[in-house]
Amino acid sequence: MARIAGVDLPRGKRIEVALTHIYGIGRTRAGKILESCGVDPSRRAQDLTDEEINLLRREIEGAFKVEGALRTEVSMNIKRLMDIGCYRGLRHRRGLPVRGQRTHTNARTHKGSRRPIAGKKKAPKK
Amino acid sequence: MPRSVKKGPYIETKLLERVVEMNSRNERKVIKTWSRRSTISPEFVGHTVAVHNGNKFIPVYVTENMVGHKLGEFAPTRLFRGHGGKLADKRSKVR
Repeated sequence: MARIAGVDLPRGKRIEVALTHIYGIGRTRAGKILESCGVDPSRRAQDLTDEEINLLRREIEGAFKVEGALRTEVSMNIKRLMDIGCYRGLRHRRGLPVRGQRTHTNARTHKGSRRPIAGKKKAPKK
Repeated sequence: MPRSVKKGPYIETKLLERVVEMNSRNERKVIKTWSRRSTISPEFVGHTVAVHNGNKFIPVYVTENMVGHKLGEFAPTRLFRGHGGKLADKRSKVR
């Protein structure tokens, strides 16, 4: 079983896709990693030899911040914004969109699923 | 789109002059400003700037972390008191 950066890679997938199961690696980065390691992106994760896996592991752990370290960095950045009390920090605190999007409608990604308002009747269907 | 690096950060000239002058005299006075668009440069650290929010001046104590942000980011222009009746009133007082 291939284990890189604390994540099990899915066996049956092409390695270029399997690598994207690691937090911090998308399709672009996966492609670059495979290119620099000289591994064919269309091979399946289970078909790679241990040597190749080790090569990938060294490349990823050496060059990129992934998984836990990356998650900590992101949350630290958000925490910094909240601590200095700037507008973006306030938006994060209130769970609203940070980059000036409308909140009259939509914005459900950041606000989460709809909370019902007490006393509000549903509009009758025609 | 961010501002071109070539131009450097924008800071109201008068404001920066006053801060630099205060630094040279080791003075700490609250500076009132309307220039919300000014970037906070390292010279500001430790000063208190009263930033106008359209209604009144909000005192902002500048720390190192704030360098690179704009002054206006620290003086909110809108006051959300919440929707609805009593419940919303309580919430707005907490904040």
